[in-house]
Amino acid sequence: MTGTKVIMTFPVTPTSHLLADYEARGGYGTLRKVLASMKPEDVTKEVTASGLLGHGGAAFPVGRKWQVVHLNDGQPHYLCANADEGEPGTFKDRWILENAPHLLLESMLIASYALQVRNAFVYIRGEFDLPYRRLAAAVEEAYAAGYFGERILGTEFSCDLVVYRGAGSYVCGEASALITSIEGKKGYPRNRPPRLTVRGLYQRPTVINNVETLANVTGILRDGAEAFRKIGTPKSPGTQLVSISGHVAKPGVYEVEYGYPVEKFLFDDCGGMLGGKPLKCIVPGGISTKVLTREDIAGLTYDHKAFEARGSQLGSGGMIAIAEGTCMVRLLQVMLRFYHHESCGQCTPCREGMGWLHRTIDRMVAGQGRPEDIDTLVRVSEANDGTTICGMGDAAGYATVGIIAKYRDEFEYFVANKRSKCGGRLEVDLASVGQAAYA
Amino acid sequence: MSTLVATPIPNKTGSMRHLLPEFERMKARFPAGFESSLTLPCLRRIQQERGYVADEDIELLVEYLGVPRIRIEEVLSFYTQFRRKPIGRWHLQACRNVSCSMRGAERLIDLLQDRLGIRPGQTTPDGRFTLSTVECLGSCGTAPVVMVNDAYHDNVDAAKLDALLERLP
Repeated sequence: MTGTKVIMTFPVTPTSHLLADYEARGGYGTLRKVLASMKPEDVTKEVTASGLLGHGGAAFPVGRKWQVVHLNDGQPHYLCANADEGEPGTFKDRWILENAPHLLLESMLIASYALQVRNAFVYIRGEFDLPYRRLAAAVEEAYAAGYFGERILGTEFSCDLVVYRGAGSYVCGEASALITSIEGKKGYPRNRPPRLTVRGLYQRPTVINNVETLANVTGILRDGAEAFRKIGTPKSPGTQLVSISGHVAKPGVYEVEYGYPVEKFLFDDCGGMLGGKPLKCIVPGGISTKVLTREDIAGLTYDHKAFEARGSQLGSGGMIAIAEGTCMVRLLQVMLRFYHHESCGQCTPCREGMGWLHRTIDRMVAGQGRPEDIDTLVRVSEANDGTTICGMGDAAGYATVGIIAKYRDEFEYFVANKRSKCGGRLEVDLASVGQAAYA
Repeated sequence: MSTLVATPIPNKTGSMRHLLPEFERMKARFPAGFESSLTLPCLRRIQQERGYVADEDIELLVEYLGVPRIRIEEVLSFYTQFRRKPIGRWHLQACRNVSCSMRGAERLIDLLQDRLGIRPGQTTPDGRFTLSTVECLGSCGTAPVVMVNDAYHDNVDAAKLDALLERLP
């Protein structure tokens, strides 16, 4: 068990995502309570007091984002749930969209009331099929039950919601690119300032929160900020949906209370590595976070401060476990191919830098690497940092610098010997541990 | 969870004007005056109906949404899911990102090329299959993943792949 749960609190059944089941679990009761007894600003105060942090990767305090929106500024405000889950290794929001879509919708209604939003959006990545169908069906159920539309539950509060489907673009998960996409344009990120909470969608104040972040709002308003603060650690209250993949025996989505021991999670809850192989390292939260070696995670707890102290981040909660024997040069090659593919091309350092990194590592893997190539990878990564409109180029740099810092010997070996120190392997060699390979 | 067999990708000619009433219904839940936001939903719906986006569809949306033609062209070239040409009836999209590669995606993609006799980006001469390699589909816990049209297929190995290909007419 991975500690207290606030999201995965019910058994998943063939009907648990439907409105009737959600209402039977007390669903939309918190919305009723909020609309009947709270002022919008009190909702924001409660969320601020809860210390809820963003769950999309940056861990920005949610209350501080919401507070920027002035309720009586005479402008329309917008709310967008970011369901453009595309950070490699991350598939946690999918769990909410597929299994608890009404929890997201109730939370969005509460947030829309707090921020005085008339039009709310869920921006969902274009490839998600079942999550989209589940969510779209939930929206129709909620409209039919009077939770959306005009004068909700007989109050003055009205709210419409659109599920907006992307069409294949990693960068649209970046908040400003996301709203540019909703405006019907190619998803170029925008320069800040102005912040999106000042000028966002259609140039109006806009709050963009990750799906999991929003899903926490209902529980906070139901049980109160104080109860929420009792879960997790003082600096990281609550829980994180951790999606774990890679060479782990039991991959999947786990709700982990902040402060939970990482080794216990990996070796007990997730069953350790495939075939009992030793762990080499983990990618903590999406490939844009720096890898942590087996030694780095000794005694580590799952919370923001602890990960930062070891030189990484929790990121998006998309953890990838990597077994001994995996070639880190080839792994970085896969990552850099991805960043090159996804660079939107707006900023020169990222557009050119991603191609440069990708070509350099391709050359290395082809056995044409030069000794200076390793430093070129680091230099291009560092030169890129902070020079672009969004954080994508920076992220590719963190991944590159992080892997080279920990596994420089593998890169040097590859260049010197024109081949991988680990046989170029990305998969676990199950034959070597006496188990049949699976394909 | 595999829910196949899904519907094949169409390859239709003719006007998509009959979708306009549907577009009107979509519009009702958007804030008024921001018709350009309908660009992506309309293009998605047209592609679902036709199998790709034709020149005349762009003309239709220029007229219907009042959006400049270049804006629509930009959207079509920016987002990887949009197609300007017909493809095979079954679009096989194999993820090759980190988690899938760690679970056998590279061998799976080799196997796909071998079975279909085409390389990523190509369509079989009979118009049955188009093969693509794609980046993370957000299904890393059930890697390797192959999308067949809209449906995700999880934990795909050689046996599953062969059974799957046989079921696609």
